[in-house]
Amino acid sequence: MSESENKSYLDMDLLRFTTAGSVDDGKSTLIGRLLYDTKAIFQDQLEAIELSSRQRGDEHTNLALLTDGLRAEREQGITIDVAYRYFATPKRKFIIADTPGHIQYTRNMVTGASTADLAIILIDARKGVIEQTCRHSFIASLLQIQHVVVCVNKMDLVGYDQKTFDTIVENYKDFASRLDIPHIDFVPISALNGDNVVEKSSNMDWYKGGPLLYTLENVYINHNYNHIDARFPVQWVIRPQSRDYHDYRGYSGRVCGGAFKKGDEVMILPSGFKSKIKSVHTYEGEVEEAFSPMSVSMTLEDEIDISRGMMIAKPNNHPKAEQDIEAMVCWFSEQSPLQLRKKYTLLHTTNEVKCMVQEVRYKVDINTLHKIEADKELRLNDIGRIRLRASAPVLFDSYRRNRLTGSFILVDDMTNNTVAAGMII
Amino acid sequence: MSKYHLTHLKHLESEAIYVIREVAAQFQKPALLFSGGKDSIVMTRLAQKAFHPGRIPFPLLHVDTGHNFPETLEYRDNLVREIGATLIVALVQDSIDKGRVVEETGINASRNALQTTTLLDAVEEHQFDAALGGARRDEEKARAKERFFSHRNEFGQWDPKNQRPELWNIFNGHKGFGEHFRVFPLSNWTEMDVWQYIALENLEIPNLYFSHQREVVNRNGALLAACDYISIQPDEEIQKKKVRFRTIGDMTCTGAVESEASSIEDIIQEVAAARLTERGTRADDKRSETAMEDRKKQGYF
Repeated sequence: MSESENKSYLDMDLLRFTTAGSVDDGKSTLIGRLLYDTKAIFQDQLEAIELSSRQRGDEHTNLALLTDGLRAEREQGITIDVAYRYFATPKRKFIIADTPGHIQYTRNMVTGASTADLAIILIDARKGVIEQTCRHSFIASLLQIQHVVVCVNKMDLVGYDQKTFDTIVENYKDFASRLDIPHIDFVPISALNGDNVVEKSSNMDWYKGGPLLYTLENVYINHNYNHIDARFPVQWVIRPQSRDYHDYRGYSGRVCGGAFKKGDEVMILPSGFKSKIKSVHTYEGEVEEAFSPMSVSMTLEDEIDISRGMMIAKPNNHPKAEQDIEAMVCWFSEQSPLQLRKKYTLLHTTNEVKCMVQEVRYKVDINTLHKIEADKELRLNDIGRIRLRASAPVLFDSYRRNRLTGSFILVDDMTNNTVAAGMII
Repeated sequence: MSKYHLTHLKHLESEAIYVIREVAAQFQKPALLFSGGKDSIVMTRLAQKAFHPGRIPFPLLHVDTGHNFPETLEYRDNLVREIGATLIVALVQDSIDKGRVVEETGINASRNALQTTTLLDAVEEHQFDAALGGARRDEEKARAKERFFSHRNEFGQWDPKNQRPELWNIFNGHKGFGEHFRVFPLSNWTEMDVWQYIALENLEIPNLYFSHQREVVNRNGALLAACDYISIQPDEEIQKKKVRFRTIGDMTCTGAVESEASSIEDIIQEVAAARLTERGTRADDKRSETAMEDRKKQGYF
């Protein structure tokens, strides 16, 4: 064993989380605080924002300036897009998808949530559970984020009052019972003063839980990866054409579910041919077992015509292969609403097919969770349930079962833009 | 802990390999931007891994300002020979000779900004439709909003307000005629991750990254290597110091830091204790608060 095998960073794991809150909830301040207190902010960055804060006439060093990178954002004091931030403790590396919380930015929240294992939802202690809290929680639930941490912020402005906190917790639990979020934690904080963010606050002795960072460091992460249903979308076929590897055909890709090992019987879809795995390997050599989200290559015992977009699964457990799909979608296009019967390109795993939306069944009012059946036009930031028909069978699982084989995007062929994100029911 | 568990480095590696394979699959003619710096060295290793046992199915493209450290070029040529890759070199000097760009003058003259034109010309000449780069989101505030697949219009420019949302692991590389993509597989890596990965993989890196004796001048707090490309001012003094470089760019704008770090593990310790960002040593970022954003809009890396 080399010396480096003992290094602690070789045991660190990764947690991706998203933060949702509005301009005034102190979300950027909270992130600034996490970065600052875990020393992910450097002296030159701090000096730069201290200078900007003074020039803007801010009272405190405005930690929000750390996350608002683009010129327009600094000028308007808003966050216009998803920004990714990084920090690490000896236990974990963290990736934050920082998304703005205004109603018009549902699109960004959905984007940030799509890769998150956990969501932080900020509530202003003075305002309690409001419409946008519901909106953020609904999106976390829709995107199947398994763990939500509700941070009741600005506790300093309510005198660190326990009753205020307890009431908010009750109200939130009441509302969240209509959602599908298995784990919810509550932390009373003051991002501005650093109470219960990294260090436990001495201002709230009544709170027995750990500070936010403690939760982030210790929460169990299952990464939403499915380790049951073996799914391997073929991404690229490696054919070296060299003397040493004359007949080599390696199917490369990232495991999207379950596990694959040498000798496993597999079924290739959509053709339905069966074969056996001859080897599973990476650059380092053969691996005993490949699981999600490993990037590997496989060789098979039989010569079968397999190309990008096809899927390797197991004969007794394979995805559905259907042309008619029911899904929840969030509409992303600023230019045009969803048009029925128009052709879009559907991107799903490594596959691409044309499709048409046959019907919008209903829209969701994301503030009240009510179904809207009267107005069925899906415009920017709208969420609704649709039925679409693809030009060829799509190999999918339900999004609830598998986030990677249950998700898709729609591309408008006129503009090449991504116009919708979909979760298959 | 479940047996189906990956460390953060293996996670990042798997993600980067996935993105690199997507590029090979979705584009007709990609290229990997190679500078000889640590990020592009990591990128090259990941590309090898993505297509093993085949070769990397696209060329490496080096935009050579002519102001490189000689150590960088030597390293580049050895690496290319060793892995059997194709190398294309685009020279900023050619762009100057052709009158495409005008050399900056003055004490802080640098060819950093000129690279953009040379790069875009190379993209056009070779009809590259995707350029893989080693830029990371943690480097700079404008880069924090970059996508993995960053769309560039027919002028090679970046429009921060018109980038495609990226969800799950689905990347939309659809594009119009004359447009191209910059693709950043290391988006989610930090400087620390890169060093840890270099240690994990036991990657060879140019010796500029390790502590060595060098003649430097202190200009506005940055220790620049004394060389023919910078003009030493009368009030400046050449000093001999024990230094290393945290990033490697042009000799004209890459500052050294005083350091005793002589191994990768030393560097990891040093990075962990560092109080300045690595780009804190880069004079090109200090020109204004939004220097990076402005250059990216023009088509910079």
